[in-house]
Amino acid sequence: MAKSEAAPALCFGEKTDWLPAAVMAALLALLFVFILYPVVRVLWVSLADEKSQLTFIHFQNFFLRPLFRDALWNSLFSGFLVVLFGSLIAVPLAYITARYEFRGKILLQTLTTLPLVIPPFVGAVAFQQILGRSGTVNLLFMQWFDFTIPFMEGLTGVVLVQTLHFFPFIMLNTAVSLSNIDASLEEMAQSMGCHGFRLFRRVTLPLVLPGFIAGCLLTFIRAIDDLGTPLMLNYKNLLAPQAYLRITTIGIDDVDGYVICAVLVVLSLASLLAARKYLSLAEYATVQGARGVIRPLQGKRLAFVFLFSALALAISLLPHAGIFLLSFSKVWSFSVLPTRLSLDNYAEILFRVPHFIKNTLLYTGLAAGFAVTLGAAIAFLLLRSRLWGRNLLDALATLPLAIPGVVLAVGYIRVFHGWDFPGVGASLTSTWFILVIVYTARRLPYTVRACYAAMQQVHPSLEESAQNLGANRLRTFLRVTMPLISGGLVAGALIAFVTTCVELSSTIMLVPRIEYGPISYGIYVYMQSPLGRGAGAALGVVAILLVAVGTYLTHRVFGGRAASVFRV
Amino acid sequence: MRPWSPLLSALAICLTASTLQAKEVVIVTSFPKELFENYKKAFEARYPGIGVVVKAKQTNEGVTYLRETRAKPEADIFWVSAPDAFQTLKNDGLLEKYAPPKEITAKIPAKIGNFPIHDADGTYFGFAISGYGLMWNKNYLQGHKLPAPKEWTDLTNARYHGHLVISAPSRSGTTHLTIETILQAYGWEKGWNLLLNAGGNMGAITERSFGVPEAVISGQYGIGVVIDFFGLAAIASGQPVDFVYPPLTSVVPASVGIVKGAPNMEEAKTFVNYLLSEPGQMVLFSPDIARLPVMPDLYAKAPANYPNPFKTKMGGVDFNDQLSSGRRDIVNSLYDHVITFRHKELKDAWGSIYKAEEAAAKSKGANVTQARSLIADARKHASQVPIDEKKASDKEIVAGFRGKSGLKAQMETEWETAAKANYTKAKELADKAAGMAK
Repeated sequence: MAKSEAAPALCFGEKTDWLPAAVMAALLALLFVFILYPVVRVLWVSLADEKSQLTFIHFQNFFLRPLFRDALWNSLFSGFLVVLFGSLIAVPLAYITARYEFRGKILLQTLTTLPLVIPPFVGAVAFQQILGRSGTVNLLFMQWFDFTIPFMEGLTGVVLVQTLHFFPFIMLNTAVSLSNIDASLEEMAQSMGCHGFRLFRRVTLPLVLPGFIAGCLLTFIRAIDDLGTPLMLNYKNLLAPQAYLRITTIGIDDVDGYVICAVLVVLSLASLLAARKYLSLAEYATVQGARGVIRPLQGKRLAFVFLFSALALAISLLPHAGIFLLSFSKVWSFSVLPTRLSLDNYAEILFRVPHFIKNTLLYTGLAAGFAVTLGAAIAFLLLRSRLWGRNLLDALATLPLAIPGVVLAVGYIRVFHGWDFPGVGASLTSTWFILVIVYTARRLPYTVRACYAAMQQVHPSLEESAQNLGANRLRTFLRVTMPLISGGLVAGALIAFVTTCVELSSTIMLVPRIEYGPISYGIYVYMQSPLGRGAGAALGVVAILLVAVGTYLTHRVFGGRAASVFRV
Repeated sequence: MRPWSPLLSALAICLTASTLQAKEVVIVTSFPKELFENYKKAFEARYPGIGVVVKAKQTNEGVTYLRETRAKPEADIFWVSAPDAFQTLKNDGLLEKYAPPKEITAKIPAKIGNFPIHDADGTYFGFAISGYGLMWNKNYLQGHKLPAPKEWTDLTNARYHGHLVISAPSRSGTTHLTIETILQAYGWEKGWNLLLNAGGNMGAITERSFGVPEAVISGQYGIGVVIDFFGLAAIASGQPVDFVYPPLTSVVPASVGIVKGAPNMEEAKTFVNYLLSEPGQMVLFSPDIARLPVMPDLYAKAPANYPNPFKTKMGGVDFNDQLSSGRRDIVNSLYDHVITFRHKELKDAWGSIYKAEEAAAKSKGANVTQARSLIADARKHASQVPIDEKKASDKEIVAGFRGKSGLKAQMETEWETAAKANYTKAKELADKAAGMAK
């Protein structure tokens, strides 16, 4: 987010008055209790010795162990490769969607967001069924050419899957930067004789670079924090799976797990800070409210664009196709396509056990609502006040981007278990509401960003004139500010909803009982039995459809700026 | 903020509603959905008014969960396959003592083979019997022209290189028992030689027990090391797979225990009684569960061709529970550090060894004898265990693995460093031998 210098003067009266201050204090307290404190409780283990005194011996040990050094190196290396290959797919797609107008553009934007949603476990099985060593592709290769390609082996597999999984982050960020470039800058350069590649290299590129690099760093964070991919490929020499395996197997007694978590958090925070530094440079380079040129696309170029997008999508949506096939299959074993099909899987999840879908809608709906409400309040304070603590608020609200889900979940168990929540008569961790809280906390950075972007475009003078005409502050906010930013709020809510649909890492630690489980937990449970693969895949299809509809609506509501909420 | 208040009150109602339910029994289990759903239905039909609440977790995650929540337990029942998980919980004082009524326990023998079915101190009770074995995908073996396996030593067959799958024993209580069974059947040194060679043949080492049947069912890998009911249930559900008990195996009870300070103590006892009673035992025969009851009389009512562990001689290994649970942490961590985390190096080394052996078998050159001795040396390096049996049960070391001292980190570092060096050396030797034999 942009630095506070950009904020206009305090709008509501000259004095610091109590309402914003009280809201600020309340927000800080909330973020402290539900984000900072649990995380610190977990990470403290890595800094404490047997007598609970500060020590760095565990960190020293970390760097002395070859296994951990390997894991650290593998994580950094694979993260770098994912960014590199991801850029090769993402940048052309970003250019196409930001600079051209053509039929089916929203469809393309929707489909390119889908790779971000790979439902846990079934995604893995689907990947294996399509690209694995006995997958569709390799079985066909075997029949036709008598050889196979080990797509999914070791670190290569991790890089391949993560590239296909995370490239939308780079694409969305680059697209926003591209469409934010003031058209007049490029026009000026052109009128002075700068064309083609030179124009791109000397004018466009420097202007896009900050957004692109922010996208890269965000992708890097997600790649090194990603747990699902290495686990599904059974590749364990990376930081995230090492931490997860240690914490869930050995628990509190194992310090190493927490040390790895701390290393992960430090790496993520460093990337996050770097990304924000670059992005803040970008804000200075562009003129507020400027729009890039959007050209219609026809003829050969359209055909080329169509081909490239189709190819990129065909590859990155392979697992989704696999999940779709799997959801109708009864037996799919060492064959190119399923050999026995059935609709029974859908009957199971829609009629016999519908609570997984209901719970997902309830939790993600509530979480999106809370995250947007908090996000709007935070964005408002960041933009429209000069209260002490804004930077702290900003930092706390962005922190969850850098915290692995497991760490937050373990922190919640540590802090809230065994402490009866006032008015509930039980601890928070025994109610389903803990899931709503963890989802809200983890998606807050996105909604803050969405609300901030929306509010930035509302000039304070509109609010001032309402107040000059006698409206009080609340009325001004509800009747003037709210309607103007409602598009941003809806988009923020949808993004929170979309990214929470298949959240697994904290869910699996926190689900109090099976009846309270959302879709991701349902998939986990189904995948523990031989007949459950189909039903799990059917749940996966439902999740993907929910996300697709959500993304489509976001693009409809928010247009070209939809992607800005994925920024840091 | 008016729009908030109805939402908040609705929430408050939901939250309190969830805690004000009628009687219930809360179960932590690692069993598959079919098993606990069948039991939930059957139990709730028999005891209307008691709801069954399930928390599905992996065995080790369940142990961690009970430890973390010990100050104020929320679960009543711990219900998993691995007896040593119960041993661990018992040692930590996390299980409640209980004596089920005589008329229930009278029908269950004290032992299966040499293994006591119930805990001697009454903290956990065997309710089903499990054996361990190998399952395979028939289509896969046919496609790759491979023979079906029969016993543990088959896992070291060169032809199976890259076709096998197992889950890490640290992640799966049942795999840990299988590993222990092999170690106790063949002895520490030979057992590890077998495990390391088999480890080099593994295509993948999964982090969930069910990852193994999943990989075999979908045909990603040919042969998997599993607990019997994974194989039997997959056969029952029509998948193209088969299962065998190797001649040397152990038969071990899967157990249930009451959590210390369980919030619903009476309901928990009712549930345990039900599991051990005849109607509860009958549920095990359902084709999608396919587990073996602990009540010998019941096998008269079993489906056709059902294995009977009390009649047929299954086993051949007298499983030593004390030994197993005593060195559990060491064995698991050792397996992880010499096999799971160094899997690539180990697999490559064995790949090279097999290639060299093939070359040596075909070759008629003068250097064959020398090549053979290099290969023997390579085999030695690729199947060496870095710690002896005595040390693995050493009290100081075992305690060091529980505490926060640096001993654990130090030993783990030693093991994996030794492993990496050994496997690199083995590969070098094998490659050299292959070059000579050409």
